[in-house]
Amino acid sequence: MTTTAPAAPSQAVPLEPAERKPKRKLTPYWLLLPGIVWLVVFFAVPMLYQGSTSLQTGSLEEGFKVTWHFSTYWDAVVEYKWHFVRSFSYAAVATVLCLVIGYPLAYTIAFKANRRWRNVILILVIAPFFTSFLIRTLAWKTILSDGGPVVGALNALHVLDVTNALGLTSGDRVLATPLAVVCGLTYNFLPFMILPLYTSLERIDPRLHEAAGDLYARPFTTFRKVTFPISLPGVVAGTLLTFIPASGDYINAQLLGSPSEQMVGNGIQKQFLNVLDYPTAAALSFVLMALILGMVTVYMRKAGTEELV
Amino acid sequence: MSRILKWVRAHLVVLAGLLALAYLVLPNLVVLAFSFNKPVGKFNYEWNEFSTDAWTNPCGVADMCQSLSLSLRIAVLATVGATVLGTMVAFALARYRFRGRSATTAMIFLPMAMPEVVMAASLGTLFLNMRIPFGFTTILIAHIMFCLSFVVTAVKARVMSMDPRLEQAAQDLYATPTQTFLRVTLPLAAPGIAAGALLSFALSFDDFIITQFNSGPTTVTFPMFVWGASQRGIPVQVNVIGTAMFVAAVALTVAGQWLGNRRKATA
Repeated sequence: MTTTAPAAPSQAVPLEPAERKPKRKLTPYWLLLPGIVWLVVFFAVPMLYQGSTSLQTGSLEEGFKVTWHFSTYWDAVVEYKWHFVRSFSYAAVATVLCLVIGYPLAYTIAFKANRRWRNVILILVIAPFFTSFLIRTLAWKTILSDGGPVVGALNALHVLDVTNALGLTSGDRVLATPLAVVCGLTYNFLPFMILPLYTSLERIDPRLHEAAGDLYARPFTTFRKVTFPISLPGVVAGTLLTFIPASGDYINAQLLGSPSEQMVGNGIQKQFLNVLDYPTAAALSFVLMALILGMVTVYMRKAGTEELV
Repeated sequence: MSRILKWVRAHLVVLAGLLALAYLVLPNLVVLAFSFNKPVGKFNYEWNEFSTDAWTNPCGVADMCQSLSLSLRIAVLATVGATVLGTMVAFALARYRFRGRSATTAMIFLPMAMPEVVMAASLGTLFLNMRIPFGFTTILIAHIMFCLSFVVTAVKARVMSMDPRLEQAAQDLYATPTQTFLRVTLPLAAPGIAAGALLSFALSFDDFIITQFNSGPTTVTFPMFVWGASQRGIPVQVNVIGTAMFVAAVALTVAGQWLGNRRKATA
């Protein structure tokens, strides 16, 4: 893999540094070349190209031309404004749920489980990845089915009354409601929250907990003042790894929701694959990308300053 | 009663953790259970009757096993491509200081920070405009593109943590650069490369969003087949494949760990 040719050992030893210096300087570029070219051609160029596509008008038969048709953006955003609202609110709720559900599990793996159990639980967290996520998402259709045990239990505990009042469910159904979509999103991206949380928790020296206890900190104070601040990098990484894919997802909305739960991803997919209106699809995905990049930048700045305090 | 409450309070975190684990594993158990179902209609959502029909005839559904083999072929090729390209980039980033290093790091990071649908739509638009027909090649190109960054991250972490003195020692013992690389550097980096390759394989095999935007009508991967089936009617065999994949993954991980422990014990 190194491009420097092996020299004859007898004379190479003394001569090596002077002889190989110019080649050495180029080595990293040769190593980078194929991978970076691949990313530039198939990732960066398409991104920029999409910007131009979004300003084109025309049809598939006649061909598309760049006409600086900025109103595509306006029309797309007006048509899909609720899709954007739903995308970001579902993704935000799912991210918070992932944090609340994932933190105790990551904490358990890091501090409460012995070595054998730690490995078993980690395998159980990662192994679902190997069953196609479409199949696993479809399984939620069975779990949340009308009149099934889960819906029955939620009804008996009056949870559905609360979610009905919040507009998350309607009547006796969970499927085809926002609750089902959020539940699917939370489920699908939970491992992306747990793994970075676990990595940041695992590094904490347990003696810090003992020290906090020796200084008369109660368990919750120890968590608030010691454990959680140290795990913040994991929290930031986990929330980003959950929020970004969740806000672009369209599978959960399609499989578990009804047309009134559709997200921006559904809009892009429909415009690209069914309507064949590529400028609108490009404009939508450009807006989605810009909004996400903006939010991520603000969030990372905020999280960074919080970490310093 | 108060004793029970005390116990619950003392173990609150573990109990919450186990509930989260149940939430993660539940769908897999449902997939397993329903692989033994004999559904009434076309959809396999409601329990009807125990049956092993699907397990004895896993390829009994038209086109499903073809889609499975297509997915496997793409995943293997994408893994090889992404692992070779990604390992090279990782070595350059971990071992050399050069101009354009931070731009390269950003280039590696961006695909991981982008929603899949954005990458999918933009690459699809490019292929369309270049009049490149969608099919096996376009799927493969897309998969190598999004797997690359994950390989770089995994391999780079490993190479950074390697002790450079081991390679210096090899050179002190008159190993040529090639010998040093093949006998010292590569074996040391192998766990990182293996992790990156495994991740690529899993990501490529399971990818749906990017594949849907970049595949032609005749190239139906397994996730595409499941998607199509979810609209028309899902054969029980889909659950058989899902369960078999889950069991194989767990078995491989356990076997790998067991082997690793034994090696440690004998070393």
